[in-house]
Amino acid sequence: MRKIILAFLAIMILNSFSVNAADVSKEQIKGLDEQVQDIKTDVIDLTADLLQLEEKLLFPSNSQFALFVSLADAEDLRLDAIQVKLENKVLAHHLYTFRELEAMQKGGVQKIYTGNIKTGEHKLVISYTAKASSGGEMKRSASYTLKKGVGPKFVEIKIGGPDAGDQGLEFKDW
Amino acid sequence: MSRIIKIIFISLFVFNASAENTIDKAPVLNDIFYGESLFYAFQDKHFDAISKLDAELGQYYALDNPSLDPFNQHINHAEFSAGSFELAYRMHQRAGRAIKAIMESSLNQEIRNEAAYRLAQIYYRKNQPGNALDILEKIQGEMAEDLRVDEIYLRAQVYISTGKFSESIELLKSIESEDKYEGYILYNLGIAYIQNGEEKKAIETLARLGVISTDDRGVLALKDKANLTLANRMLEKGSPELAKKYFSLVRLNGPFADRALLGMGWVNVSLGQFKKALVPWSILQEREITNESVQESLLGVPYAYGQLKYYGQAALSYGKAMDEFGGEIDRLQTSIKSVREGKFLSAVLQKQGERDKNWLHNLRDLQDTPETRYIMSLMASNDFQQSLKNYQDLAELRIRLSYWLATLDVYVELIEIRRKYYEPLLPVVEKQFKKLDARIRLRLSQRDRLDQRLKSLVIARRPDYLATAEERGIQDKLGKIELYLSANPQHYTDEVRERISRLKGVLHWNINKAYHERLTNAYKQMQTLDIYINKLNEAYQSFVRTRQAATQSYEGYDIPIRQLKTKIQANQVKVNGVMARQGRLIEALAVNELERRRNQLEEYQIKARFALAESYDRATKKQQKAEEEKIIQEIEKNKNLQQSSVEQPVADEIQKNDSNKAAEEVVQ
Repeated sequence: MRKIILAFLAIMILNSFSVNAADVSKEQIKGLDEQVQDIKTDVIDLTADLLQLEEKLLFPSNSQFALFVSLADAEDLRLDAIQVKLENKVLAHHLYTFRELEAMQKGGVQKIYTGNIKTGEHKLVISYTAKASSGGEMKRSASYTLKKGVGPKFVEIKIGGPDAGDQGLEFKDW
Repeated sequence: MSRIIKIIFISLFVFNASAENTIDKAPVLNDIFYGESLFYAFQDKHFDAISKLDAELGQYYALDNPSLDPFNQHINHAEFSAGSFELAYRMHQRAGRAIKAIMESSLNQEIRNEAAYRLAQIYYRKNQPGNALDILEKIQGEMAEDLRVDEIYLRAQVYISTGKFSESIELLKSIESEDKYEGYILYNLGIAYIQNGEEKKAIETLARLGVISTDDRGVLALKDKANLTLANRMLEKGSPELAKKYFSLVRLNGPFADRALLGMGWVNVSLGQFKKALVPWSILQEREITNESVQESLLGVPYAYGQLKYYGQAALSYGKAMDEFGGEIDRLQTSIKSVREGKFLSAVLQKQGERDKNWLHNLRDLQDTPETRYIMSLMASNDFQQSLKNYQDLAELRIRLSYWLATLDVYVELIEIRRKYYEPLLPVVEKQFKKLDARIRLRLSQRDRLDQRLKSLVIARRPDYLATAEERGIQDKLGKIELYLSANPQHYTDEVRERISRLKGVLHWNINKAYHERLTNAYKQMQTLDIYINKLNEAYQSFVRTRQAATQSYEGYDIPIRQLKTKIQANQVKVNGVMARQGRLIEALAVNELERRRNQLEEYQIKARFALAESYDRATKKQQKAEEEKIIQEIEKNKNLQQSSVEQPVADEIQKNDSNKAAEEVVQ
């Protein structure tokens, strides 16, 4: 009797592990998975072509201008929001989500703006709010004169870090 | 036994998934666009990350001399990243191909070894251990230090899967003291021992894991799993006391607590300790009713009461169980209907935007959704999760394709507006440009001639080149006079000759005397001229580019846009077809699971019904027996009473007689 109960309860416990997938074969699941992979490949390739077309159409290389934001020292501050002004006009404004911030703390770079500007000098003003590691709120602002030549122009705004100025910002032309 | 092994492998896979290696930190960036791709990858936006990185890699390989590009410094990291992102986006085929390409390249051995490791990892995860082993065999020399333990651990897992248990044990023992896979190594070592027939060592190893001290949630779960596995082994061996010990080590708030509580109850039953069995089952009954263990305990509790001869209590518990089962069967029926109506898939898509790792569990918080609690065990299975994610990915692709199709329509309109604006404007501009172009070219060639002359002056001194316009005029006049005089020699007197010679001398003197100063000035002038020429060139280039951009802003798009539209539409058809099939498969899996649970509950209900009847019988019999005993007692009591009532008058008479006698004696 005891042995029967033991066998019964072992089966009972084991039953709770198994997953019933009757009528759906492994091959069916695998086959569909492969089809999904093929579609993903096709759509990714297609997207590359579409992005290329979009860039050519909307941001020709002679006037293209893009701004990137990165965090230099991940531990020191929590970036809340950033505003970008070009020639005193708001170009971009962004509130950071936790995931975006986490991605930037790992070294990811956010492309905050892509557009077109004329050749010559332009005044860029960056303002941001953040929380310092001490918990205090920081509001900083810095300006930068960018020189746009005949080719595309890419500028990185690096926030924090040892080389940043009083306003905790560093600009880099790419 | 084979079932246990199967379960072990399932759990092994689950525990491995949590220990996977991914790109989790960006290198020092030399290419800003690579940083952008990582920004998306770190947010699990793998589609965007792959698209951006693919574009970067495409541009890099299209360069004439890629080694000069800043991206060259990231190329190895980027190739791995591409493979890693593709893997994370469940594109194993493409990820495998990318990594294989590195493996077969002429890159240094350490990089190729790393590629082999990554590829073997892909094969292992795809449940192809044979292929994983072949790839691992291609690793030559030392692995990079940061991957040394990972490679050994993977190799050991592959050995287990391919039946090389002794080799696996040897490898796992060599990394036993490493912190990186704390707990996982012991677990796999225990499994390898079981497979190798070394039961004692397996139990020792799993027992060591079962008492490991850790705060890591994954390892804690693994500890519980080890204790549960040990308890099951002990049950199989017929050692319920030991099984009880291992069941008791499983945490009450862990993922395996329900199974342990249920097992503990049954072990107590097997030992005849029915009251003790009621303790874990009572705890279990307070938990979520949809849980299989909880449902089973609803039958266990009255069973234990029955064994304790509390038939009434048993009958009440069976009655409660039947009510619960009935309610759950109705809920399951509704759920099956709801899944078939497509509500489950809608719920899956509603949670689409959530990147929360617990999104599957959160499905149950949605209103009007099927009872997802019932398919939790199904949801834990790799196939089902992959199917759900594929379904979500397809839905995302469908949105992207629709977006692009709509965007292309906007672009067509935009191009048309540009065409209308530029077409009448450009011929006028072009005409003016041609005029200006001719003048610019003339000035540029003049400047070049001057430049060449100045350069030649450095090699050969030519003061006449630097003569002023006035001096050149005088030179011309003198030349003309000399020409005239040679034709009219009668006027060519000595005085005239002397005067001409003196004038020529003065002119020569002035030109030669001022040569250095003039040369310096000429260089300065040339430098100033170059500033203007550069500005002119910039303006010229800018104009050429703008004119070209204006033309390119509306010309040459018709065919590419048409082709892209066709491709998008073709992909939309494919996505819709595969998505429908994927959806049907998910629904079939869900319905199967729900029906299995419903059938199980129906069985439980039948068992409970019979058991309830039996309990009633026993309770009735017990009651009847008790009543009978009571009646017998009553009868006996009555009998006694009757007997005593017959005996009492006699006694009273005797007492009366005695009293009379005594009175008489007193009178006398």
